[in-house]
Amino acid sequence: MKETFWEKNKRAICNLALVLVLLAAVIAIDLLAPTTSMWFSVLRKVFTFALAAVSMNLLNGFTGLFSLGQAGFMLLGAYTYAIFTIPVELRASVFRNYGASLIQFQMPIVPALLCAGIVAAVFAFLIGLPVLRLKSDYLAIATLGFAEIVRGLVQLQNFGPLTNGPDPINKFTAPEHIWIYALIAGTCILLIILIVNSTYGRAFKAIRDDEIAAEAMGINLASHKQLSFITSSFFCGIAGAMLAMCNSSVSSVSFTTSMTYQILLVVVIGGIGSISGSMIAAFIYYASSEWWLKFLDLETYTAAGARVPLLGPGFRMVVFSVLIMIVVLFFRTGIMGTREISVYDFFAKLFSKKGGAAK
Amino acid sequence: MSNLLEIRNLTVRFGGICAVDHVSLDVEKGKIVTLIGANGAGKSTTLRAVSGIVKPTEGEILFDGENILGLSPDKIVARGVTMVPEGRRVFPNLTVLENLKIGAYLRKDNLTDDMEYVYSLFPRLKERSWQLAGTLSGGEQQMLAVGRALMAKPKLIMMDEPSLGLAPLVVRNIFEIIRTINDAGITVLLNEQNANMALKAADFGYVLETGRITLSGTGAALYADEGVKEAYLGKRKE
Repeated sequence: MKETFWEKNKRAICNLALVLVLLAAVIAIDLLAPTTSMWFSVLRKVFTFALAAVSMNLLNGFTGLFSLGQAGFMLLGAYTYAIFTIPVELRASVFRNYGASLIQFQMPIVPALLCAGIVAAVFAFLIGLPVLRLKSDYLAIATLGFAEIVRGLVQLQNFGPLTNGPDPINKFTAPEHIWIYALIAGTCILLIILIVNSTYGRAFKAIRDDEIAAEAMGINLASHKQLSFITSSFFCGIAGAMLAMCNSSVSSVSFTTSMTYQILLVVVIGGIGSISGSMIAAFIYYASSEWWLKFLDLETYTAAGARVPLLGPGFRMVVFSVLIMIVVLFFRTGIMGTREISVYDFFAKLFSKKGGAAK
Repeated sequence: MSNLLEIRNLTVRFGGICAVDHVSLDVEKGKIVTLIGANGAGKSTTLRAVSGIVKPTEGEILFDGENILGLSPDKIVARGVTMVPEGRRVFPNLTVLENLKIGAYLRKDNLTDDMEYVYSLFPRLKERSWQLAGTLSGGEQQMLAVGRALMAKPKLIMMDEPSLGLAPLVVRNIFEIIRTINDAGITVLLNEQNANMALKAADFGYVLETGRITLSGTGAALYADEGVKEAYLGKRKE
């Protein structure tokens, strides 16, 4: 009995072990690294965008709905979280241009995160009704338009008491520890994995593969697309809230279309339809663009005092773009394709190879 | 003599074109009924109208005595009508097993027995249950498409051109399976261009021409009919 349990779940158990090791590493970094270390800012962003990318993957990679509304849903999540977690005594100073804040209470982090997700999900439900009838590029354009509309609306003076108009919101609760970010993103991604592996997830994949056949098999297209869209947006809203925590300031101008493209890029590099791919790609993307390639932006001089050619502000993005082109050219389906990481299979392969060599 | 499916005056228009024009036909319970006809005669459209994917402009579709016209496809599948779509349409990036599970999507009960039944009909699928459906051969994909439809535990299974693009030997195999399924008590409505095989297998047949039924009769009677012979079986009049 014990053996069958192990046989059935060996892959999940090994992967769980990997997750625990990584979590331990994050806590270790959190405790040991100096507060000025790049690890802090980079890892916070990595966890945030890993969640955003995985939630986008749920929609684009697993259900085959090409939506570009991510920035809009993240904005909704970020604003909801920020507005709900400003301490009551500081509200007057944040909303000084609009007299007083409409909301006069403060929420703890977890309920505020849930609210962020729910607000994004409610908007997803409303715009999903008309928009999900569209297919491929048309859906992308419609959702892109939605994101821009949301960004425009929150800046309106009329919404000032609620959203602080065009002024940024700050002074809300923003945890410092990176393990908190890891925990939030980890929990959400775990939920997404459970959804993808459920019967609903299978129905999503069937819709992606062949809509007409899925419909003929009795899958209600409209309700399943809606479900996928709402779930994806819920987690996108939470990712938005995490982004608010990272930056400890929320301003609608930062939620641009290019943010959606960044997330899309992470999804494509990681592999459309691979959750672990999205996570790995989020790490590589943000670690290299914010940290490892930063030196390219600095004017560097050799020992002899000559300026190293090309290095200077902006050169980082040139190198980065070339790297992305290389990835896209040589890994057509992204780093992971549609596969998932499996620690068990990795070691099984490794040891079987060694065993073969010994013989 | 009870009819599982009755189609009355079914008309389907696409824009100005009338694809199906006042078609009436009966499918008796427990029988194999075939629709034969050339390309564009309206065979596929008729099946799609029954399964709810295409919305008819006029007519009545009675299944088990109840009108199912206007119901959404999932409600129609839930009542026991499934379709094996034209060109197989398996889900290429799902495994064989997942494809079969999708077939049983609306069922909440235990699938083990039906899974065993499908695997006993198609042992090849059992061997390949972990393989992606897109990597199967055409014949295997057709088996999977039939197996997937069976997983819904249908009363009526509609097959749209099951022999399309398959080798003659595989076609024979598919028709044997159709008979086996029918012997198990499932009514079959078959669309075929391969009139030869279809009429031999069917209890009753309808000939469809440009959206209208021009001829009907038992499989054997149609098979012997001179007009059908000339038009669909490729035999010249003596």
